[in-house]
Amino acid sequence: MVEAQEDFIQERETIIIKGNVAAAYAAKSARVQVISAYPITPQTTVVEKLSEFVDNGEMPGTEYIKVESEHTVMASIIGASTAGTRTFTATSGQGLFYMYEMVHWAAGARLPIVTTIASRAPAPPWNIWADFTDVISCRDTGWMISFAANHQEIYDDVLMSYKISEDYDILLPKFVAYGGFTLSHTSKPVTIEDQDAVDNFLPPLPDERGWPHIFLDPERPMMHGNLIMPSGFYNEFRLKIHHTMLLAKDKIKEVAKEFESTFGRHYGNGLIQEYKMNDADVAIINYGELAMQMEQAVDDLREEGYKVGCVKLRYFRPFPVEDIINVARKVKVLGVADRATAFGSPTGGPVSCEVKSALYNSGVSTQILPIIMGLGGREVTLEQQKNQLKILINLNETGEFPKDMIDGTFWDGLLEVE
Amino acid sequence: MNKVKWKNICEDKDKRPEVQEYHNWKDLPPIPISFPIKGSIGTTGDWRTFKPIVNRETCTKCGICWMYCPEGTIIRNEEGEFEVDYVYCKGCGICAKECPTKSIEMIRESEE
Repeated sequence: MVEAQEDFIQERETIIIKGNVAAAYAAKSARVQVISAYPITPQTTVVEKLSEFVDNGEMPGTEYIKVESEHTVMASIIGASTAGTRTFTATSGQGLFYMYEMVHWAAGARLPIVTTIASRAPAPPWNIWADFTDVISCRDTGWMISFAANHQEIYDDVLMSYKISEDYDILLPKFVAYGGFTLSHTSKPVTIEDQDAVDNFLPPLPDERGWPHIFLDPERPMMHGNLIMPSGFYNEFRLKIHHTMLLAKDKIKEVAKEFESTFGRHYGNGLIQEYKMNDADVAIINYGELAMQMEQAVDDLREEGYKVGCVKLRYFRPFPVEDIINVARKVKVLGVADRATAFGSPTGGPVSCEVKSALYNSGVSTQILPIIMGLGGREVTLEQQKNQLKILINLNETGEFPKDMIDGTFWDGLLEVE
Repeated sequence: MNKVKWKNICEDKDKRPEVQEYHNWKDLPPIPISFPIKGSIGTTGDWRTFKPIVNRETCTKCGICWMYCPEGTIIRNEEGEFEVDYVYCKGCGICAKECPTKSIEMIRESEE
């Protein structure tokens, strides 16, 4: 077992850092005990920064494991977490896909692993830029999935993640995703919290006895990862994961509230963050960094006299069904903008699919406009987002969907070359 | 018998339960676990296709079968003879293969 780490030194300070560095600082603030790493663009600088921290003695006692692939990253992290340690890693796009087998294992073993994803578009064609299709492809793994929309939120959400994941009633791993390059490689001021304050906020590190449900201890031998025959409790264990995921919604809200009272930063109710929604006629749901820019678009259109609002979706799993129904109830037209694809599904965009299914049988008849944009890091401008809002306003006033919808989805910003 | 449910495992990790008793999904611990006790995965003798039969007349009681059995289902009785625990023996045949005097014969269950 890892020794107690006494001499982590961090005073509260605000520094200008890249999103990836904010993720690394968060892992350090959380006193992670084991880091396993394999580089992949655009995540690489997360684990590079952590290797610096470990190398120059800022994270005494932390094990930094260099491995040969992402599959082994997660395999080794599963081993470390099973032994009863707080663990961290980071990956992106193809790396996550290579990790995928172990991703399922971590959730099935109910290990509270936190992993940041600097989201990157899937290949081919090769593309290393922002696109959330990578993390969304882990929809059914049993991992909680959240999106960070700015640099500070990356740091904050990693801290909140440990508190949520390590709760004995939850015990599920969690991804924190943010746009590759758009956040990972841009710099903004980020407040790094005082070490004592973070220590008080987070649950204590697991002691030498490890987690309550799974441990590797020759004094207390236990077998896990067992085979279950079809007549055994397999269905029931799967049901438990689903049920726990839904229970986690309350925990996420509780932790967001506690985070706000401790550190003073507000993230809506934890699951979603509404912006100027109270009197809005139309609104749009975004996730990731484009949700921040959308707030500016809302402000601009409000100045022009339009009653518009927007919602930042913070969690994809568990999906905030009740909150989305409430949002839909407030407006007549709701856009859902995806920076990700869900090929062959009813709307083409993964989150608009979820929103539509959440509203089924809810008694809410709000019009939904699915939007796909910004795939593979394509820039989505403020003007484009204002135009999206105007399309929603037009839909509300005239009942007319945009003429250039393709298969029921508005693909914003498709190239047309003369 | 020390019957244990999930919450008890959580509260006192030192006590190794002999029996885990669960009635429905709500009772279950977060993951399937078992403890090193006899028959923790059930009566694996059901898996057997071939049954090892020890020939007492040629057996020299050398104990090689006992050493090689991967499941610990060969038992030395009070007379120093080796017997097979058919409740758990899966019938892998390693004992028969390793027996230096060929005193263990694998016989198809249906032909016994």
